[in-house]
Amino acid sequence: MYRYIIRRLIAMPLLLLGIVSIAFLITHFTKGDPLISIIGERQMDNPIVIAAAKARWGLDRSLPEQYLIYVGNLLTGDLGTSLRTKQGVGLDLLQRLPATLELVVAAMLVGSLIGVTLGVAAAHYRDRAADHFARLFALIGSSLPVFWSGLILLFIFWYTLGVLPGPGRLDTRSMAPPYVTGFYTIDSLVAGDLRIFAESISHLILPACVLGWAVMGIISRLVRASMLDVLNQDYILAARAKGASEPRVLVNHALRNALIPTLTIVGFSFAYLITGAVLSEAIFSWPGMGSYAVDAARNLDYPAIMGVTIVGGAAFLLTNLVTDIAYAFVDPRIRFG
Amino acid sequence: MAESASIHATFSRPRWLTAPVAAGALIVLFWAGVALTVQWWPIDDPVAFVGKRLAAPSETHWLGTDALSRDVLSRTLHGAQHSLPIALVVILSAVAIGATLGAIGGFLGGLADSAVMRLVDITLSFPPILLAMAVTASLGPGLWHAAIAMIIVWWPIYARLMRAQVLAVREREHVEAAVAAGASAPRTLFAHILPLCWSPILINATMDFGQVVLLIASLSFIGLGASPPTPEWGQMISEGAQKFYQWWIAFGPGMAILSVVLGFNFLGDGVRDILDPRTQ
Repeated sequence: MYRYIIRRLIAMPLLLLGIVSIAFLITHFTKGDPLISIIGERQMDNPIVIAAAKARWGLDRSLPEQYLIYVGNLLTGDLGTSLRTKQGVGLDLLQRLPATLELVVAAMLVGSLIGVTLGVAAAHYRDRAADHFARLFALIGSSLPVFWSGLILLFIFWYTLGVLPGPGRLDTRSMAPPYVTGFYTIDSLVAGDLRIFAESISHLILPACVLGWAVMGIISRLVRASMLDVLNQDYILAARAKGASEPRVLVNHALRNALIPTLTIVGFSFAYLITGAVLSEAIFSWPGMGSYAVDAARNLDYPAIMGVTIVGGAAFLLTNLVTDIAYAFVDPRIRFG
Repeated sequence: MAESASIHATFSRPRWLTAPVAAGALIVLFWAGVALTVQWWPIDDPVAFVGKRLAAPSETHWLGTDALSRDVLSRTLHGAQHSLPIALVVILSAVAIGATLGAIGGFLGGLADSAVMRLVDITLSFPPILLAMAVTASLGPGLWHAAIAMIIVWWPIYARLMRAQVLAVREREHVEAAVAAGASAPRTLFAHILPLCWSPILINATMDFGQVVLLIASLSFIGLGASPPTPEWGQMISEGAQKFYQWWIAFGPGMAILSVVLGFNFLGDGVRDILDPRTQ
């Protein structure tokens, strides 16, 4: 197994280089002229401005030169400068990371709580109504466009019923708590401000439910399959024979073992999480990395698009690596191909 | 299971034809029919200004009208003419590219295989939506550019599936027999290996169809796909998000996307049950 891990680790830098190269190629073989987004269309017939802008953004160099400079900068942690915010892309992303993490953690909490419950119920009532309902509910979640379900839920719970707040991390007039972790829920508690704490929680509910519903499908399916595996084993029969109550068998005996292989859920649902985060941040005006990516793409801000793509790719790569290794540890039957 | 099987036998219903599969097939048939024939339906022009702006659903406009007083129901139905053909092109192209490269890699092995698989590994290292956004932004916004982006996102999946199939089938005895009988390499590949490799690709392609529709709509929603006044579902939801209080503008296109994605998912289950007896 250690050979497998070492081989995966050796492949990592190569894959990262591949990601960087492809992201670079994609954003540089572009039809749109990045100059237009830098200096605006009106200045495009002014040769002095063009020359200055080209020198400023390194566009006067050849493509291989630009590539080497970019990779060199990356190694020092410099992701380039956003055309839109005129700030380092790395800094931009770092500032927006906590908002995304807070949303994703909340969504995973919602998704796994309901997903695991649904999975256990589906396994217990296999092929009966509850099983079909759980499958349909989960399937709808992964089939719904989150930018639409978010809109509908906002309409119902914010506009019509008025029980939950609108988009954003806090009410428009509220001040963010002093920065500690960047998680408003934690920072407000650190500052001892319970009103902001309640507000940040209530603002989290809708986006977390929308995103959580989207990842619930894969969670409940994994738990169901894993539970069915475990429920067929002899020790479950033994537990039932000894007169353990059904909830006790399900939770204490079966679920504890069934959850081990599904601990890698985070890894499996990461792709769904990223897709969902990008789109639900857009609809909930959530100031995270997803809405940054959308703004970058809308404004054809190529350095930012490249930065987001590379960071997203690297994160995806790392999660998959950790997932696969964790999975290999958890399930010794796995083959190291 | 034994009793239910005998009951089912009296209806002589094939095992794979469950209620969800039938529902999925109906939904898919409905939308395919709409996409093919909607221009002859007696409904409003999807880009014509009819009646009042932002009118709530009524007898004349079942799903109301949007900010430019266009009929939302008509626009929703016409949306099928954009999403479905593009998804079809994306899936067919991705399968064509992926299956070809995967088959070549799996059959030849060696350098060709390594080259293809490294490219697959790198492409699959990107979260799909980010890669699609980057490619579309770089080509310039537009539905067909979004389609190219999605082909780039999807082909590696089919390359992997095809390669794995070819590798498995290549070891079977009938292939060995064909080679021993003197079949040429192309003949071995095309006549003896490839015909047995299509099941997983067909299953996945059916399931992915809905996901492609979803991603097209997502790109359009972000503003990278269709542009106004095209009645495309993601674009319509984006217009609905701007007119938030008029819920009906986004309702039709959202339901359309949901039904298409669910439909292909259900249908995909049926295709899998038919083609892959092991899952039963």
